[in-house]
Amino acid sequence: MARRDTGQRSPEQQRLPPGGTRALWRAVGYLRSYRLATGGALVSLVLMSVANLAAPMLIRVAIDDGIGRRQLVAILAAVIGLVVVAVFRGSFAFLQSYLAERASQGVAYDLRNALFGRIQRLSFSYYDQVETGQLLTRLTNDVEQIRQFTGRGIIQMIAAVVMLAGSVGLLLYLNWRLALVSMLIIPPIFVALMYFVRRVGPMFREIQQSLSHLNTILQEDIQGVRVIRSFVREDYEMRRYSEQNEDLLEKNKTVIGMFSNNFPLVFFFANLGTLLVVWYGGYEITQRTLTIGELVAFNSYLAFLLQPVFTLGFLASSISRAGACSVRVFEIIDAPLEIHDRPGARELPAITGRVEFEDVHFRYPGSEREILRGVSFVAEPGQTVAILGSIGSGKSSLVNLIPRFYDVTGGRVLVDGHDVRDVTLASLRRQIGIVLPDALLFSGTVRDNIRYGRLDATQEEIEAAARAAQAEEFILKLPEGYDTVVGERGVGLSGGQRQRIAIARALLIDPRLLILDDSMSAVDAHTEALLQEALDKLMRSARHTAFVIAQRISTVRNADLILIIDDGQVAASGTHEELLETSELYNEIYNSQLLPDDARIAAGDGV
Amino acid sequence: MGRPMWHLANQSDERAQDRGKTARRLIGELRPYKRTMLVVLLLVVVSSVMQAIGPWLVGLAIDQHIMRGDLPGLARTMILLFFVYVVGSLATRAQSRRIGFAGQEILASFRSRIFERFQHLPLRYFDSRPAGDLISRVVNDVDTINQLLSQGLTQLLGAMFSLVVILATMLVLNLRLALVSFTIIPVMLLTTSFFSARARRAFRRTRETVSNVTANLQEEIVGVRQAQAFNRTEENIARFRERNAANRDANIQAVGITSAFWPTIDVLSTLATAIVIGYGGYLVFHDELTVGLLAAFLIYVQQFFRPIQLVSQVYTQIQSSMAGAERIYSILDEEPEPPDPPGTPTLSSVRGQVRFDHVTFEYKPGQTVLHDVSFTIEPGQTVALVGHTGAGKTTIANLIPRFYDVAEGAVLVDGHDVRSVTRPSLRKWIALVLQEPFLFGGTVADNIAYGREGATREEVEAAARAVNAHDFISKLPEGYDTNIGERGATLSQGQRQLISFARAVLADPRILILDEATANIDTRTELLIQRALGTLLEGRASLVIAHRLSTVRNADLILVMQNGRIVERGSHHELMERGGLYADLYNRQFRDAPARRRSPSTEAAPNPS
Repeated sequence: MARRDTGQRSPEQQRLPPGGTRALWRAVGYLRSYRLATGGALVSLVLMSVANLAAPMLIRVAIDDGIGRRQLVAILAAVIGLVVVAVFRGSFAFLQSYLAERASQGVAYDLRNALFGRIQRLSFSYYDQVETGQLLTRLTNDVEQIRQFTGRGIIQMIAAVVMLAGSVGLLLYLNWRLALVSMLIIPPIFVALMYFVRRVGPMFREIQQSLSHLNTILQEDIQGVRVIRSFVREDYEMRRYSEQNEDLLEKNKTVIGMFSNNFPLVFFFANLGTLLVVWYGGYEITQRTLTIGELVAFNSYLAFLLQPVFTLGFLASSISRAGACSVRVFEIIDAPLEIHDRPGARELPAITGRVEFEDVHFRYPGSEREILRGVSFVAEPGQTVAILGSIGSGKSSLVNLIPRFYDVTGGRVLVDGHDVRDVTLASLRRQIGIVLPDALLFSGTVRDNIRYGRLDATQEEIEAAARAAQAEEFILKLPEGYDTVVGERGVGLSGGQRQRIAIARALLIDPRLLILDDSMSAVDAHTEALLQEALDKLMRSARHTAFVIAQRISTVRNADLILIIDDGQVAASGTHEELLETSELYNEIYNSQLLPDDARIAAGDGV
Repeated sequence: MGRPMWHLANQSDERAQDRGKTARRLIGELRPYKRTMLVVLLLVVVSSVMQAIGPWLVGLAIDQHIMRGDLPGLARTMILLFFVYVVGSLATRAQSRRIGFAGQEILASFRSRIFERFQHLPLRYFDSRPAGDLISRVVNDVDTINQLLSQGLTQLLGAMFSLVVILATMLVLNLRLALVSFTIIPVMLLTTSFFSARARRAFRRTRETVSNVTANLQEEIVGVRQAQAFNRTEENIARFRERNAANRDANIQAVGITSAFWPTIDVLSTLATAIVIGYGGYLVFHDELTVGLLAAFLIYVQQFFRPIQLVSQVYTQIQSSMAGAERIYSILDEEPEPPDPPGTPTLSSVRGQVRFDHVTFEYKPGQTVLHDVSFTIEPGQTVALVGHTGAGKTTIANLIPRFYDVAEGAVLVDGHDVRSVTRPSLRKWIALVLQEPFLFGGTVADNIAYGREGATREEVEAAARAVNAHDFISKLPEGYDTNIGERGATLSQGQRQLISFARAVLADPRILILDEATANIDTRTELLIQRALGTLLEGRASLVIAHRLSTVRNADLILVMQNGRIVERGSHHELMERGGLYADLYNRQFRDAPARRRSPSTEAAPNPS
């Protein structure tokens, strides 16, 4: 898909990417909410520039009128004037920088909120295709680039243009001949800078890439340490890392070479400006067409002339970068929400838990292959439905259709007779507790993790859910019980423990419909039996419906309905006993989990 | 590791000492570049002198030539000035290039030394540290040193030197004017330190707020599915907005401080200019100074502000680099696994006998995980480990390839204590398949070939076929050349496990360890693997850990673990007849209807016919 490719920064991405200009303008448009700050920054900037340009004039007065004509008053006036100008300039410089920051932080804040909101709402299908690292980069790095460009970049650019025009005008006004001579240095400096920026930009991106490869190797080395050691591949890893490290070193050296070639050259030209001014200016002084004060002032203006040239040279590169970043950011903000409430969607009333699949077909967006091909069944309230099948048979896809994580591509999924597409997502999902296979825990306490879906739950309710999920025993053994911090930066839990917390989380919302998607794979057999018993009691007594995807026959044996999914279709359905009689596939699975002698008995019983 | 507590008491003293030591070590890194550094120093001197001569020549030109109308003299001075600029630029170029290269080489050496150290650290080191923290520490800390080396050091050297030269030149040219214009320096230093203390605090705040924004981002993105399943979307967005706003406000505040800093410095620098003009003008009145020198002074005054600012800027950089260097050195100083002493024999051929001889093991002193464990796996035998989580099964698996050393007793392979042979020669004969398969970035083929260096494509495919992975691999978009997303993102858990099985098969081990390797594979796939392994395991010793008892029934020997001890041992039938813990576990799993009543009764057990 396109959104994947654009994340890769190719070195030749020097010019604006397609749509970059529009995206950039759109990003700049975010400044509209901060009109006052932006406008204030601009006005301050112009005033600051005016003050800047006034200073060398005062130096000229001091030298020519004061020192040249020996007037102490003129010197004093100039000196006081200089300080006043500096204070004036300083105040506006402060205002400019502060207000620009306000505006740019505001833009970043709005962009991040928009991105995060979108990320939270984008459908499952989006996440099937995107890497989390990419999204993270966009939220952090890309937004930061845009912020710098909209805040500092644009304002500085305007400032540079104003300063440039002002200095050039003043120089021409002071002495147009000298002005033209001194401006000779601008073209070579500008060319040198542009050349540098054009080459160093892609080089920096290459360095970034090289570095990220290097860090990937490092990351794999740390996370896969057991694999590496057991296959005795330390030397290989070391070699791989050294090579990449060498590559990075070479690239870094290239950039350093560029810097050390370029900057002395640029400063050389800048110095040449002084030389030209003194030389030609000196000549004019001897001709009495220029004063010493004017010469010194001229030299000061030269600095003002060069600064905007530097600024413009550098900003030129950030335009393309900010353009590319804007494209990536808006790509997410504009990503379509595939699953959303239909206009006029109704609230789903409290359900009894009847689920019906009517000739359901399903294909993942962008994929050719049909995962489900005409699945029909009915789960009555209070029933436990078990789903069996091999890898890729479509089990997870099937249950994911009930809370409408995806939309069917054909047929209907009905909950209590309502097509899930006709009701609001919130009212549907509120009544469904689902435990996803990855049993993800968030950084936070055990309590926070259990009450993830119901923030107003009381401690008693949390404990009851944990107890039913057979999690209470180990939770109480944790260093701080329910207040123990878990997740990436907390206490490490085993897979089975994580799964039990995830189950408690689902139970806490008191779902009318419970879906366990291979949620007990890491729980040991003994605990699983207890867990099953507890779930059975809980679900059956409340007449709530449960869907269980599992690998083990022992898990599914007691189900009211067992669906065997094979290649996107219901290959067989019925109770354990019925399936033993009718389904070859079920027998095969069953036998694979039993002792040979057991299997014989089972088969013998069946016939 | 694990410093005693009393160390904390005089930590601050020690800290200062540590800083000094770190600084000395960091400077020591420059030692291989001694000659480069000397050349650089020389070049810095040259370029600083040239920088100082420039304005003086300008002053000279004004006084000696321009004021006197000496145009040929002016031309001579200007040509001289031209060469001064050329020499200065060339010296700057040569100097920044040399020091930049040296800096990058030092960084590269840091990177590879850290990586090398990681290869030799005991596994314990990684157990106690989250991978993410370790990675970000290494990356960020090296980066702070990078900034110091690539920018700070060059700038600092150059700036310090030009400062000295400029100040000296000013003193020589006109002592009084120089001293008067220096009065602004202390004011400037005070202002800088006033602001930088505040700025540092403010920026520390922004680092906290920004990490509040980004720290949980990764898991919130990974957890979007959970959030949607549990209707947490709006709540999450509201919380994010709060953190986001806090970060914005902290940044605005911090920038407010720096925004005030630069204008303040600017006012001070103008003040210095004003002083030079005012006092210089007075001196010119009294014929104690020439106009040319006054002009030169004006240029000097503007030049000496930059180095002062730079020095204070680089100072903060040095501080953070020192902290980074300290952390890097703490990794480099970490005790590596004791290397195989020279002359350690290699394990050149293995039949595949594994023996645990009264093994006791503890991860941390005082926390014994295995108590007096003894058993033997004969070549060609399969031994299964069964028991609850935390019973010590994985620990046993980790001791065979000597990921850890035993506290008491010995682990023997073919009668050799694993500590008496080199690690690589030991591990070469062992393959390990873990519950969480770890795949590297790269293609499917790369990942399978990881099991044996230099494996051909035919061998890779044969290994995949052997574990029935060939079918699904062939169906992938690019077959064996399909790139696996980061950590196997695009493959299912079962598929990833099949790949890691193929990898182990390719390694052709004499000892195979399966640590819950089939927990996440559906039973039909597992059956396929087991059929394949049945032939593959012939003549090899294998250790199988599994929750699912269907996997272990066929083992030659089943060891039932509880709290670090072997409590039962025997074949499936022996253990079933005994009616102990194993029978209980087994019954729960397979005879579920009676087991539901929590009665591990014999009536439910099958009657072996």
